[in-house]
Amino acid sequence: MGINWFKYSSPQAFHPLAGKMIPWFSVAAGLLIIIGLYIGFFVAPTDFQQGDSYRIIFVHVPAAWMSMFLYVIMAAWAGVGLGLNARPSFMMAQAIAPTGAMFTFIALLTGAMWGKPTWGAWWVWDARLTSELILLFQYIGIILLRAAIDDLRRADRASAVLALVGVVNVPIIYFSVRWWNTLHQGASVSMTASPKMATTMLTAMLIMTVGFWMYSFAVTLARVRCVILDRERQPMWGNQTSIQEVAEAR
Amino acid sequence: MQWGSVSEFFAMGGYGLYVWVSFGVTALCMFGEVLAVWRRHAAAVAESRDVS
Repeated sequence: MGINWFKYSSPQAFHPLAGKMIPWFSVAAGLLIIIGLYIGFFVAPTDFQQGDSYRIIFVHVPAAWMSMFLYVIMAAWAGVGLGLNARPSFMMAQAIAPTGAMFTFIALLTGAMWGKPTWGAWWVWDARLTSELILLFQYIGIILLRAAIDDLRRADRASAVLALVGVVNVPIIYFSVRWWNTLHQGASVSMTASPKMATTMLTAMLIMTVGFWMYSFAVTLARVRCVILDRERQPMWGNQTSIQEVAEAR
Repeated sequence: MQWGSVSEFFAMGGYGLYVWVSFGVTALCMFGEVLAVWRRHAAAVAESRDVS
């Protein structure tokens, strides 16, 4: 591989590269989500216990997985940013947060839509549900903390520390159904046991998950381009006649 | 294919409201996010032209 990866560690070089990758991820996301929805609605049979309400899992489970994956990825970028003092890493972390928050919201809302007909309640203070709600507050906290600090370098570091500290909640969400007696059911899919669901249902859910991954890549790359443009906007020193002008341009 | 008719499909065995609200809100969020990023990018490009 003759690619010089360090070249892309500068925002100026990364901006066009991201632009080239976005269409591919977008097309993949669109196709996978359409195929996933088709299998989920037309191939997968009606569940003998839950009827057709179970079809909500085709968005609920992928969204819930994405909410946790994206948090871990965001925190990893934040950690790299803190360790290497690298601006592009902080920019990636900044670009991931809103998408993660959106998927957390979708997971909570679709969970309520499933809980009402199945459990008879929109919401219960169960360990899984509560820890997922806390995850939403963490995302919002990270976004608001960044917005509250004017100095970009400080905002980067402060929100990175908050993101890293909050990683502790991700295993709590994941293992909550095992550690405590929860109303939320246990894992239907795990690395160690065979899946506890029909193959067509599992296929639809996994395809939707990969589709949501592709969507997340596309939308976070598009957002990081906005962040790069916003943050790298200040003109070059050489073109300016005075420090005053540079300060005003910021 | 387990749906006898279009109305049966939309009824979702009596769970239509829950299923379609779930899928509808998810679609709205995702399309809304794409639109928001799109507009933000257009604004950022326009502004970067103004400065430099």
